[in-house]
Amino acid sequence: MKPISKLYSFLIFAFLYAPIAVMIFFSFNASNSTGLFTGFSLKWYGKLAHDQAVMQALSNTLILAVTSALIATVIGTAAAVGIDRWKKGIVRNSVMNVTNIPMMNPEIVTGVSMMLLFVFVGQLVGKKEILGFGTLLIAHVTFNLPYVVLSVLPKLRQTDPFLAQAAQDLGCTPVAAFFKAVLPAISPGIFTGLLMAFTLSLDDFIISYFTAGPGFQTLPITIFSMTKKRVKPDMYALSTLIFVGILVLLLAINLAQARSDKKKKRI
Amino acid sequence: MIKKTSPGYKAVVSPYLLWSILFVIAPMFFVAYYSFTGSDGAWTLENILALGKYTPTFVRSIWHGLLATLICLFLAFPLSYFISKTSANTQRTMVALVMLPMWMNFLIRTYSWMTILQDTGLINSMLAKVGLGPFQMLNTRGAVILGMTYNFLPYMILPLYSVMSKLDQSVIEAAQDLGGNRYQVLRRVIIPLSMPGIASGLTMVFVPSVSTFYISQKLGGGSFDLIGDVIERQFQQAYNYNLGAAISLVLMVLILISMAFLNKYSDSGGGVVV
Repeated sequence: MKPISKLYSFLIFAFLYAPIAVMIFFSFNASNSTGLFTGFSLKWYGKLAHDQAVMQALSNTLILAVTSALIATVIGTAAAVGIDRWKKGIVRNSVMNVTNIPMMNPEIVTGVSMMLLFVFVGQLVGKKEILGFGTLLIAHVTFNLPYVVLSVLPKLRQTDPFLAQAAQDLGCTPVAAFFKAVLPAISPGIFTGLLMAFTLSLDDFIISYFTAGPGFQTLPITIFSMTKKRVKPDMYALSTLIFVGILVLLLAINLAQARSDKKKKRI
Repeated sequence: MIKKTSPGYKAVVSPYLLWSILFVIAPMFFVAYYSFTGSDGAWTLENILALGKYTPTFVRSIWHGLLATLICLFLAFPLSYFISKTSANTQRTMVALVMLPMWMNFLIRTYSWMTILQDTGLINSMLAKVGLGPFQMLNTRGAVILGMTYNFLPYMILPLYSVMSKLDQSVIEAAQDLGGNRYQVLRRVIIPLSMPGIASGLTMVFVPSVSTFYISQKLGGGSFDLIGDVIERQFQQAYNYNLGAAISLVLMVLILISMAFLNKYSDSGGGVVV
């Protein structure tokens, strides 16, 4: 790269990381200001561990992310396997178009539209407080599904269409052929989909904001209500921890991938 | 012999189809239904007619969204090109660096900008040391556009990079051999070949920018009401679901139109390149 390109790239990255750096820096602030640094302290991290509301929201978020990612992965993988075998035509095209809707629609519209459905059903069955874990789970599975389908489909296209048949010729039942021959071949795609679904669910605010009830708050919703007032560095500490957590997760995945790539090369 | 596709392959799609009908298509129907009914459930055009009042908000949202999208394009284009020119390892690292901020909650990143920009914030206190300012940066139009640009810039960089990394180097060399100068090569070869990435980046930035509500509230200080803010208020404060639905319906149509417009001017066929 030329020096001028390097400088340009550096400036853009500085722009992308400036607010994150500020946040990490002030999470170690001794006073409760997020603008004036008075000294180094870890007290906000300590306070966080004793914050009941935050810990509850954290566990809610993790439960929701794990369950919604798992459900979306099962339904989405099955759908991708089926869609892959379908002949090209109107039906297949319209299924793919429906798959694109949650990705194309603004998140606020997706959130609002689901809220309307839930509220309507709630009125129908006479249940006023319908919004809660159930509705959140449905919403998260819904926006996760396209990402699973779209990460599994390309892997299916790469695998030999006769793979399942070969397994069947060798005596497998169709179901066994799928689990023993096709599934291992597409597992990287399934894993990518699962991971994407998990992180999307973890981070989602807008759709959750409209489909969650007061009884079940996720971390982003808790953060939203915290930023309505003046923020103390404890929220920065929380964000720093999340950031480090994601960084470690991504590094671990990258390392694992690099290692398996090396193994493949050796073979 | 090729066996006929077993009916099992149709059956495995059915849970997905059922889910999509119930939770993707039905909700769209409810947006339309609520738009054309009153709070008592009777059909009415009241909500649609009330939309006229919000014309300035719509115009403001589109204008701010467009500005942020164009700024993102101009910032991202050179960067994506530079990244695509580096070695495979550097490319992987730089793409990871572009994606990393996206995993950070956008509420916090936006809030963090607030503390940087405010009158007693980081920039102003640094300026004060050299005897300048303070300048009002928070609660301005610029801050709202900065927030949008900041939050959605990776959505522009990634599709652009993904197209540019697949550009055939020999095509560029051929253009140079045929006497094209740098500007001509850029305008006649690199930009046309990057069109699918540009189109996809434009939608991926415009859609969230035009529909945002948090950024305008925090960085605009409530003086820059956007469509998202109006929708959010109808659902979370005013509890006028019918009016909120009507505004959402317009937002949906608006985005469909802009996507159709984009598809017409790109050969990507509407597929999103991620």
